[in-house]
Amino acid sequence: MNVPVAVVGAAHVKSERRTVEAENRMVLRAVRAAMQAAGVTKDDVGFTCSGSGDYLAGGTFAFVANLEAVGAWPPIAESHVEMDGAWALYEAWTLLQEGEVDVALVYGSGKSSPGDIATVYPLMLDPYFLTPLGLDPVSLAALQARALLESGRATERDFAEVVARNRANAIGNPNAQVSGKFDVDELLRADYVRDPLRRHDLPPISDGACAVVLATADKAAQLAERPAWITGIAHRIDVHQPGFRDLTVSPSTTAAAEAAGIGDGPVEVAELMAPFSFQELILRDAIGLDDSVDINPSGGALAANPIMATGLIRIAEAANQVTHHGKARTLAHVTGGLDLQQNLVTILGSERP
Amino acid sequence: MAHQPCAIVGVGQTHHKTRRWDVSLGGLVREAAQRALDDAEMTWKDIDAVVIGKAPDLFEGVMKPELYLSDALGAAGKPVFRVHTAGSVGGTTGIVAAHHVESGRHKRVLAVAYQKQSEGNAQFALGSGRGFSIGAGGAFAPFMRSYMYRTGAPAEIGPMVAVKDRKNALKNPYAHLKIEDISLEKVMASPMMWDPVRFLESCPSSDGACAVVFTDKEGGEAAAKAGRQPAWILGSAVRSEPSQFPGRDPVAPQGAADCAADVYQQAGITNPLEQIDCAELYVPFSWYEPMWLEGHHIAEFGEGWKMVERGDTEIGGRFPVNMSGGVLSSNPIGASGLLRFSEAALQVRGMAGEHQVEGANVAIAQAYGASAQYFSMWVVANSLDPFGK
Repeated sequence: MNVPVAVVGAAHVKSERRTVEAENRMVLRAVRAAMQAAGVTKDDVGFTCSGSGDYLAGGTFAFVANLEAVGAWPPIAESHVEMDGAWALYEAWTLLQEGEVDVALVYGSGKSSPGDIATVYPLMLDPYFLTPLGLDPVSLAALQARALLESGRATERDFAEVVARNRANAIGNPNAQVSGKFDVDELLRADYVRDPLRRHDLPPISDGACAVVLATADKAAQLAERPAWITGIAHRIDVHQPGFRDLTVSPSTTAAAEAAGIGDGPVEVAELMAPFSFQELILRDAIGLDDSVDINPSGGALAANPIMATGLIRIAEAANQVTHHGKARTLAHVTGGLDLQQNLVTILGSERP
Repeated sequence: MAHQPCAIVGVGQTHHKTRRWDVSLGGLVREAAQRALDDAEMTWKDIDAVVIGKAPDLFEGVMKPELYLSDALGAAGKPVFRVHTAGSVGGTTGIVAAHHVESGRHKRVLAVAYQKQSEGNAQFALGSGRGFSIGAGGAFAPFMRSYMYRTGAPAEIGPMVAVKDRKNALKNPYAHLKIEDISLEKVMASPMMWDPVRFLESCPSSDGACAVVFTDKEGGEAAAKAGRQPAWILGSAVRSEPSQFPGRDPVAPQGAADCAADVYQQAGITNPLEQIDCAELYVPFSWYEPMWLEGHHIAEFGEGWKMVERGDTEIGGRFPVNMSGGVLSSNPIGASGLLRFSEAALQVRGMAGEHQVEGANVAIAQAYGASAQYFSMWVVANSLDPFGK
């Protein structure tokens, strides 16, 4: 039997379009707040894992400087993934399963402001056949959106409705970067950035950081009044070449959700990482979420998108719904790569598994 | 110990070269992975999850290359995980993959680590494109110089390590550098790069990949029953410490010592020198061999260089180190750690060919990175109970 693991503290800093604050300072603020929320100190933490990206920072070993934020002295057991912090959480969760460590600290951070995303992101594609095309993430997302429209499963109005709801939800989120009441008809009158996507269909460009404290079994129960137990977590990847897959569906999300136990019962809240508005529609279908599910009460990635932390924030928000809002079962989805290539699903609950 | 046993049943690597222009990045990792699968008598379909490790993405100019490499590694529909912990990444990749089995999460996991240095310019990338990189040799030279000063080690110890590793490389069909006429004189006569390190005391820039197949107790026992000796992981650990602060000693880092103490404790090793039969240590510059012998409790501080001088670390010596030729002979950076870890596995499986240490039952492997501040280590053996506990 696996060791039960729960989120016992989480925090993230307010996302901003451009901050002069160093990344490790942002991490420091998030880590301190998460550890305070969990009621743990550095001495309690048995394993630390982080997610960040060298290409965002425009340097090699960018994560090394972030170590300063966790005070790695005496030396700590620590690891790093060149992925969203949600996968760092997955690594920590895996280790906690072995029962030899009872508290783990996870963080994800990224500053998109120093570079030009349209130049950097094509480097995330097949370097021989795709990167030379200069295929930027917005164009690639537009191809996906076009395919979805042509499948007849959604309209541009549906896209705008996703935006209006997320931005309205974000009004109550102090860490959001974009929020407010927007009229769908008004949104639809905007020009295309890349047909069929309008500016509001795109995520904001953000600097930000998130930290989460995990604990096992009795330790979690002791630290938190109402821990958010991870009842399932899984991730899968799809074929890379966009031409080799049906862009209107997300089989890796479906498989991850099934492996995480979506079939065991309904969820009340889902935090979906849909950086582009229409992707939320694909994800809802992929996971099988009906209209009764509250989607993105935080405003989602359309409200704040600090790459490498956006996904971990989804898990933190879903955990927050259990711990502070009385929800019994919530879901967090995280994506990586372009056009939803890689996906991770976490299901959290109030009942100790 | 609550975790489940984990066995290594497949190891593969590429032929390491300055330029592998005959293969793409995908072709490179697939070559190593296919060899590991063949060794394990498995196919792509048998693999439950893939863990990919490499050093900075800026080295090849591909951001998060695991997204693209997943196709070449038959990973569509599976979990793909990407590790990056500087130079220690190859080792950490193996450890993360092992945890996927030890936690009971997966039954068969493939770890792949690589670097294709010819695709870019590591020296340029290390300076983050700002042009002031002193390179790894420049960063480590003061630590080596300090080691010499503090221990009084004779100047020829570094060159002796270089000669030994280069001779070992002649026995390894996959090694990059093969210098047939290697000699102490030749090393000493090579140009000084970063005093005290000469050209022939430095690692090359290589294209290469390494892959390892991990499985659970049942899988390991089945392989053993079929006559394919597995390597059992007796302990693994990682440690990190800050790059700079006045309390840190980069010559004998606390992180390295703690990491070693942790794995020895897990493996039941109380006398490393006696209980361990051979070691693959991350030695990109000659002087790191005595430094790590001391840094990992194999020798007392100031005694490691004497082991080198006595020939203890040669194949056939009391404590053979870097039988494969080590990082000094092949350095596809991201893969270099996993190459150390897989050579340790090959040794205890008795499959190291001409560079086999006779009667190797227990081996350690180590990797380090960044400013000598990231450490990963494991202990492997040919049984789960080599010391008859």
